[in-house]
Amino acid sequence: MKRREFLKTSGLVAGVGMVPMFRYLPASAAGRDDTVVVVLPNGPNSMDIHRSGTNRPSYAIAVNVYDRLVSFGTKVLENGTSMYNYQDIVPELAESWELAPDGMSMTFSLRKDATFHDGSPVTAEDVKWSFDRAVSVGGFPTVQMKAGSLEKPEQFSVVDPHTFKIDFIRKSKLTLPDVGVPVPIIINSRAALKQATEKDPWALEYMHRNPLGGGAFMVDRWDPGVQIVYQRFDDWKSGPMPGVERVIVREVPSASTRRALIEKGDADISLDLPARDFRELADGGKVVVQGAPIENSMYALGLNMNFEPFKNKLVRQAVAYSIPYKEIFEAAAYGRGVPMYGGKSMKPATIDWPQPYPYDTDYARAKELLAEAGYKDGFEVPISFNLGFADWSEPAALLVQEGLGKIGVKSTLDKVPGANWRTKALVEKSLPMHMKNFGGWLNFPDYYFFWVYQHGHLFNSMNYRNEEVEALVAATLNLPIEDPAYEPNVKRMLEIAFDEVPLIPFYQPFLDVATQKNVKGYEYWFHRQLDVRNLSKGSV
Amino acid sequence: MKRFGMIGRRLSQAIPSIIGIIIVTFLLTRALPGDPAVYFAGPAADEQSIAEVRAALGLDRSLPEQFWLYLGDLTRGDLGVSISTGRPVIEELATRLPASLELTLVALIFAIGTALPLGVLAATRPNTWVDHLCRVVVTAGVSLPVFFTGLFLVYIFYYIVDLAPSPLGRLDIYFIAPDHVTGFYLIDSLIAGDLETFTASLAQIILPAITMGLFVLAPLARMTRASMLQALGSDYIRTAQASGLARSKVLFAYAFRNALLPILTTLGMVFSFMLGANVLVEKVFAWPGIGSYAVNALIVSDFAAVQGFVLSMAILFVLINLAIDVLYTVVDPRIGIEG
Repeated sequence: MKRREFLKTSGLVAGVGMVPMFRYLPASAAGRDDTVVVVLPNGPNSMDIHRSGTNRPSYAIAVNVYDRLVSFGTKVLENGTSMYNYQDIVPELAESWELAPDGMSMTFSLRKDATFHDGSPVTAEDVKWSFDRAVSVGGFPTVQMKAGSLEKPEQFSVVDPHTFKIDFIRKSKLTLPDVGVPVPIIINSRAALKQATEKDPWALEYMHRNPLGGGAFMVDRWDPGVQIVYQRFDDWKSGPMPGVERVIVREVPSASTRRALIEKGDADISLDLPARDFRELADGGKVVVQGAPIENSMYALGLNMNFEPFKNKLVRQAVAYSIPYKEIFEAAAYGRGVPMYGGKSMKPATIDWPQPYPYDTDYARAKELLAEAGYKDGFEVPISFNLGFADWSEPAALLVQEGLGKIGVKSTLDKVPGANWRTKALVEKSLPMHMKNFGGWLNFPDYYFFWVYQHGHLFNSMNYRNEEVEALVAATLNLPIEDPAYEPNVKRMLEIAFDEVPLIPFYQPFLDVATQKNVKGYEYWFHRQLDVRNLSKGSV
Repeated sequence: MKRFGMIGRRLSQAIPSIIGIIIVTFLLTRALPGDPAVYFAGPAADEQSIAEVRAALGLDRSLPEQFWLYLGDLTRGDLGVSISTGRPVIEELATRLPASLELTLVALIFAIGTALPLGVLAATRPNTWVDHLCRVVVTAGVSLPVFFTGLFLVYIFYYIVDLAPSPLGRLDIYFIAPDHVTGFYLIDSLIAGDLETFTASLAQIILPAITMGLFVLAPLARMTRASMLQALGSDYIRTAQASGLARSKVLFAYAFRNALLPILTTLGMVFSFMLGANVLVEKVFAWPGIGSYAVNALIVSDFAAVQGFVLSMAILFVLINLAIDVLYTVVDPRIGIEG
């Protein structure tokens, strides 16, 4: 039996010998005061926000590694979470800016001591080249620039090395905020031009993997699919010096693993957990959960006007009364959101946005409306949702199905894979009843209506068309909010939306983040990426 | 010499299947619903930007034209650019395939090291408590889904007992990957003489390897047991025992070696299965492997990546089967002279 015994004992020895190798961790990275460890599900796939095919997590590079002309200030919510203040535009690369007396142009004075990461000074030439690039490359960046009426390179001019001018095509309250979104980054144009070729005049190939910025952080290393490591740029002049020296952002696809890491203290910040985990962590008290309602965003149900029963407003209202709103808020949001139901009146009292629509669960009323519309026996309809958002969409869809069943409408669940969703829902606009989750970057209700309620626009998946809304949005989009016509216009838009309900909101979701108690400076931003420039580690 | 001839013949026989796989994958990826141009034109894209992205991706050309261009690129070794990660597919494969292979091989070593002794033990003591224990252990391993076992092990050994390192992938924070020679961190760190990195990589790979290995214990152990039982029941073993040979010699020199062939077959099947099924393990342990990459690419209709993945898996599969067949001839000289 010698050989067998040998096998047995050697197995035992090997197992025991492994033990000291297990918990081999150097001075825990997450404990060090000058480093923050962040875990998230997906990392960037490019260093260049202007490139086509760049995913959302890549926007974090634009935020942390590049400067913009302006940024937004901070405000603190009731629940203690800090968030950006879209009404407070603060200097970043531009020290000050002046609107021309005729209101048709704006001149920015750039700070004179700013440099790029390679040490070369930042000039207005760089700003012009960068803006030209943003409006010329096409795709999402150009569309976003257009939202602020920044459309042609001819609008941008260099007055002197530290003065940059934008000429307006039309006056719009969206222009200045649009200069602060992640897209108009200031690129080191001299370094970029060295890499440009005839076929690639904007150096897209090179900047895809190599950032050429002057922001608060540099990219120390990028291992695609694994991690990105930010290193503080100690000569950054465009804002207060960041409180941490290094930020390590690791990709951890499994939500359970992310939760284990944050609870064990091996991660300082965890993004993107299911709502239920955030609630449990918040109740647990070991880590801090900070949530801010995602601005200009609602999770909602869209009713397609091309579907016969939904052409009748009474049917749509009946559906709005048959939804189990409270149950959806519990089962899909776990309370991490702001309810968007139960409004007091069909006429909006304020232009706060988003605000609750005046519908609540009332099956009797729903049945009445359905009978009045001539659908006493109900009808059949599929409820479609994007599998990529199943964590909130599926419970919501199941509850909607239940509610509809109570008024005689039979429904089935139609689960659509993420790759097909955009085509079916937004491009073909062919789904009779579907979940919606649009959120706009520029926080104005007319901006939401522009994308979602205007006929033919991408996020109008309901094929909704109302001539009055068309006229109102066109008139209001570029009005400043101080204009006397602004408030009545928006109120009228809301009134129509309340009455016609092609879109039935459930709730405004929170963007939640879990942090260790000693991590300070987290701020919610409309782009929903982590801005690491304010982070610091204090004592608990 | 004959063996080389056999290898050469088998490789040439594999070429038609590879060509078939290339064509089928190309057609399948494009038959999938879902438009990568729409997905990658990104949020708030309008008709025009979608059309721009489609042209940039080369998807506005006719199908035969796209296929012709694809073949041309293939001959130059260019598998295209992966739109989901922005890197050339060849680069992705070069980093992710070794990651998955390393995990699979370590898992296989663990599985063999556990299953074979278990199977032999069960075969030499049939229908005793040892046999039943073996049966229970392997059944539990195979009936629990991989992601459950993975999360469960993470929960026990990392979260509760604090024995395992953070499930953060191949290397913990602050360790830099060793210089690339094979792509296997365990081997590369030894080549570079970096014992710290070697230990760190080993620590990270143990838990995911055990998770994967547990899943394939069952076929290996049961096949070993059955095969050993059959070998032990044969005439030549009875002769050996009657001749008074020592028990260990009978068991290992004669019975085991003869039982090895079916075990090898199972090993081949198990290895291919593990390579494909390691997606869930990779997700749980944040392992940057090829399985999770392929699944992500599929979800966003990243054609180049999916085609590259299927092609590399097909070639790998052919090579593995070839290796197993060659091993047959080593184990049993009677097999395969004719190829």
